[in-house]
Amino acid sequence: MSARAETKLWIAQRASAAVLALCVVVHLMVIVYAVRGGLSAAEILGRTRGNPGWLAFYGVFVLAAAVHAPIGLRTIAMEWLGWRGRSLSIAVHLLALVLAVVGLRAAWAVFAP
Amino acid sequence: MTTLQVDVWRGAESGRYQRFEVPREAHQTVLDVVTYIQRRLDATLAYRFACRVGMCGSCAMTVNGVARWTCRTHVSKVAHGGRVEIGPLANLPVIKDLATDMREFFDKWARARGSLVPTVTRKDDFARVPPDSPARAAASAGIECIGCGVCYASCDVVAWNADYLGPAALNRAWTLVNDVRDGARVERLRAVAGDAGCHACHTHMSCTERCPKAIAPTASIAGLKRATALAVLKGEL
Repeated sequence: MSARAETKLWIAQRASAAVLALCVVVHLMVIVYAVRGGLSAAEILGRTRGNPGWLAFYGVFVLAAAVHAPIGLRTIAMEWLGWRGRSLSIAVHLLALVLAVVGLRAAWAVFAP
Repeated sequence: MTTLQVDVWRGAESGRYQRFEVPREAHQTVLDVVTYIQRRLDATLAYRFACRVGMCGSCAMTVNGVARWTCRTHVSKVAHGGRVEIGPLANLPVIKDLATDMREFFDKWARARGSLVPTVTRKDDFARVPPDSPARAAASAGIECIGCGVCYASCDVVAWNADYLGPAALNRAWTLVNDVRDGARVERLRAVAGDAGCHACHTHMSCTERCPKAIAPTASIAGLKRATALAVLKGEL
């Protein structure tokens, strides 16, 4: 892969890591708040359903993870398995797609009434 | 007289450690030990050294599992229980005993465009570089490399990815990226980007930990990551 493309991947992973750092902190705080406050599943859904803020937050979270994880796994596959080339590229693109679809579906499920 | 038990690698890629008994001296260096063995005990022992004072970078070996410059490593610092194990540098082909083939190590400096591309001729005036400019400070931080290969032998990424240019070559490239006299900035950034270059670094910092000259190749590699990213965003790369 070209120097330009590799550098772009690096930028994408760094940028998505910055987004994830923020998202993970907020996500963990929300979990702690929900558990310690003793919110039931129904009460949590009552707050997330129809709330575009939470949909946007978890949408961004999912997309950042879908960008970040495949790039990192691609590096691990190259270093540890010696896997390179087009098949690896296809595999990590598929992984990104699966993460995005599954994640967005989950985010939508707690938003949709 | 106390003696030191020394296990020295004999052979090439395959071989074994051979035990020698060496008289213990005050202020004895690991290179002194190897030299004693070669001159007094077994003349067939192959090793490499030149300056003996930490300038030439030719005497690096693996001492008790850690890559070190042997001429500046005192036995008292590394010998545990009167024993020391001395082997060739890791991540390099072994020619014989303690001597490694360093061609690939130096070829990678060339692949990282590790030589200055001048923009002026000898007829032009000297370049005036302010000593306190950020670029000069960045270059100065990495310029004292003696090419000993300790960082290269200590690097996990080199072990995993044979194409990886390694800390020394990338550090050299970073000093040139910061050299205002150089005329090959973009070509050099292109040469050091990618999965064989700076972006493969995992920031384990073994190079920085082990560099006998206290250089931080990790910082230089981070600098290259920033420089290549900026070059891509500016459309130069």
